[in-house]
Amino acid sequence: MNLRRLLLISVPYLWLTALFLVPFLIVVKISLSTTAIAIPPYTPTLDLAQGWAGFKDFLSQLSFDNFTFLTQDDLYWKAYLSSLQIAALSTLFTLIVAYPIAYGMARAPDEWRPTLLMLIILPFWTSFLIRVYAWMGILSDEGLLNQFLLWLGVISSPLHIMNTSKAVYIGIVYTYLPFMILPIYAALDKMDDSLNEAAVDLGASRLSAFWLVTLPMSRPGVIAGCFLVFIPALGEYVIPQLLGGSKTLMIGKVLWDEFFSNRDWPVASAVAVVLLVILIVPIVLFQRNQQKQQEAES
Amino acid sequence: MAQVKPQIVFDPWNDPKAKPLIQCRSITKRFGDFTAIDTIDLNIYEKEFFALLGPSGCGKTTLMRMLAGFETPTEGKITIDGQDVAQVPPNKRAVNMMFQSYALFPHLSVWENIAFGLKREHAPKERIEERVAEMLRLTRLEKFARRKPHQISGGQRQRVALARSLAKAPKLLLLDEPLGALDKKLRQDTQFELMDIQERTGTTFVIVTHDQEEAMTVASRVAVMNAGEIMQIATPADIYEQPNSVYVADFIGDVNIIEGNASPVSGGPEGAISIAYGEGQDPVQAIATSPVTEGAKVFYAIRPEKITVSHQPDPDRANHAFGKIIDIAYLGNISTYRVQLANGQLISATMTNARRLERRAFTWEDEVWLSWTRTAGVVLTK
Ligand SMILES: Nc1ncnc2c1ncn2[C@@H]1O[C@H](COP(=O)(O)OP(=O)(O)O)[C@@H](O)[C@H]1O
Ligand SMILES: [Mg+2]
Repeated sequence: MNLRRLLLISVPYLWLTALFLVPFLIVVKISLSTTAIAIPPYTPTLDLAQGWAGFKDFLSQLSFDNFTFLTQDDLYWKAYLSSLQIAALSTLFTLIVAYPIAYGMARAPDEWRPTLLMLIILPFWTSFLIRVYAWMGILSDEGLLNQFLLWLGVISSPLHIMNTSKAVYIGIVYTYLPFMILPIYAALDKMDDSLNEAAVDLGASRLSAFWLVTLPMSRPGVIAGCFLVFIPALGEYVIPQLLGGSKTLMIGKVLWDEFFSNRDWPVASAVAVVLLVILIVPIVLFQRNQQKQQEAES
Repeated sequence: MAQVKPQIVFDPWNDPKAKPLIQCRSITKRFGDFTAIDTIDLNIYEKEFFALLGPSGCGKTTLMRMLAGFETPTEGKITIDGQDVAQVPPNKRAVNMMFQSYALFPHLSVWENIAFGLKREHAPKERIEERVAEMLRLTRLEKFARRKPHQISGGQRQRVALARSLAKAPKLLLLDEPLGALDKKLRQDTQFELMDIQERTGTTFVIVTHDQEEAMTVASRVAVMNAGEIMQIATPADIYEQPNSVYVADFIGDVNIIEGNASPVSGGPEGAISIAYGEGQDPVQAIATSPVTEGAKVFYAIRPEKITVSHQPDPDRANHAFGKIIDIAYLGNISTYRVQLANGQLISATMTNARRLERRAFTWEDEVWLSWTRTAGVVLTK
């Protein structure tokens, strides 16, 4: 292999090392440390000036205590489970909302599609934080939604959505909808319409043609979309913090509290490391899905 | 005792009592204000191998899609087996289509693709397996039953598409440019295979093609289309020998078109006319099948292989023309000579190469006589 190719290939790896691996190793190291009233708020710190002896001393002070602690306090595993549940359910809701939209877009006349795609991406033009704040205005007891429903006469007293997990689901579905729509749309758009006609020609009804042909054909897009929603939703902090109130337990919030309220960096780091380990499973599955799809297309 | 092999002529279209399987009555199809199909009348009989031939964009696929039920005619009526199909959706028609793109389901195996239609009619499991096995055998795909469409070659995919569309034993099979994606050698083999399968299954085939050789090879009858209209429907031999218009003559094979003014010849055979086509040229002696008026403008179409090239005019033939060879296309078994007449008219003539190349009788710039008989060409009025 010549030098040029080696350089080219090494670029992404250098990035990964600098932006992921090194910070991750630092987090792992902190998770193995003990809290201290100091800056930074943990010991030991590595002092290279003391040479090999110093390094050995440093290693001997590291321990897995923080990880053991996570298993002892049920707050943590409850938060993990609750996060998994919220992430999984909201992924499902996002899929249910996104599929018809993606399907409609793929069926739309050609000249409409760029506009529709634009509309899907449009929300990204304003800050995510502002859009979540806007939902507070919509969902609160005196919010737009309640006012509207009261005016319609559908309800007689305001619905309590704000500061419940319902608001978190709504927030996640809203925020991650484009990440679900786009891969499904891409899969449906690639699909040749004559496949559906062939199914109908062979005796299938429109509905069973959808079920037997369109849906399986869009599967790679559905899988990609689900991972793109599930993975970030699992560690979501802003949405549960702003919309979920104190009762909604999510690991992102626990993480924040450990870091900034308790200033317990080692435990916070341990929480983060475990979260990453949990995330590795879906990420690996996602990679395999992408790879399989690429093989099928080549 | 020697027996005469019985000759069964298949020509239901000549039998006034025969009932066509498909009848199109004044079918018109418009997309917006564009007319894709313009008042077409068409009868297709059972067991026929019917070819729709025409250039790209002339409406062949549109006509097929109306038969399959994917488009509804703007005007006119289609009946299949005597039944008006206007209200019958595609999944309820005893018609199957082999798509131009094959449209194989990529997520299903070859076996599952072929079984797809049978499963939709909820046939019993053994029946499905039996039928799929039969189709796999018919198309020689047994070895590939478990493969996915992307794991087989183009020719094999074409056969899967055929097997899939035949599996339900449709009354009518529509094939939209089925061989378009294959290379020439494979195409020719597949044409014979198609004919064989059509004969064995007894299915009525309607094939779309823009390749005139293909249409001539496979079809019992050919409809030549142009810009949404049918120009002529006839057997391949009649299309070739008796084209009804310059368009058809020109579309099928090579042809010389001589434009001139006709005048009836008295005393000759019935319908004899002579066509004056140029200063100093002997008028062409021909037979008109329909009466022509004195001085009417006509086109005389003659195939290159009907003309002989020689150093002396051939006294046995009624027509002669003198000219100079300006080009020779050597094709191995035959050579085509391009001869320019004194009035500038170019005529192609094909001769078989009975002799070896170096002993060839004619070469560039030679002055030669072209001769052909009175009945060699056809007189066309449009
Ligand atoms: N759905 C449609 N909308 C508008 N125009 C169409 C449609 N389908 C076909 N056409 C037009 O009708 C003409 C005939 O098309 P087609 O039947 O596909 O031709 P062929 O199969 O002979 O190549 C073409 O000019 C095509 O652009
Ligand atoms: Mg076509």
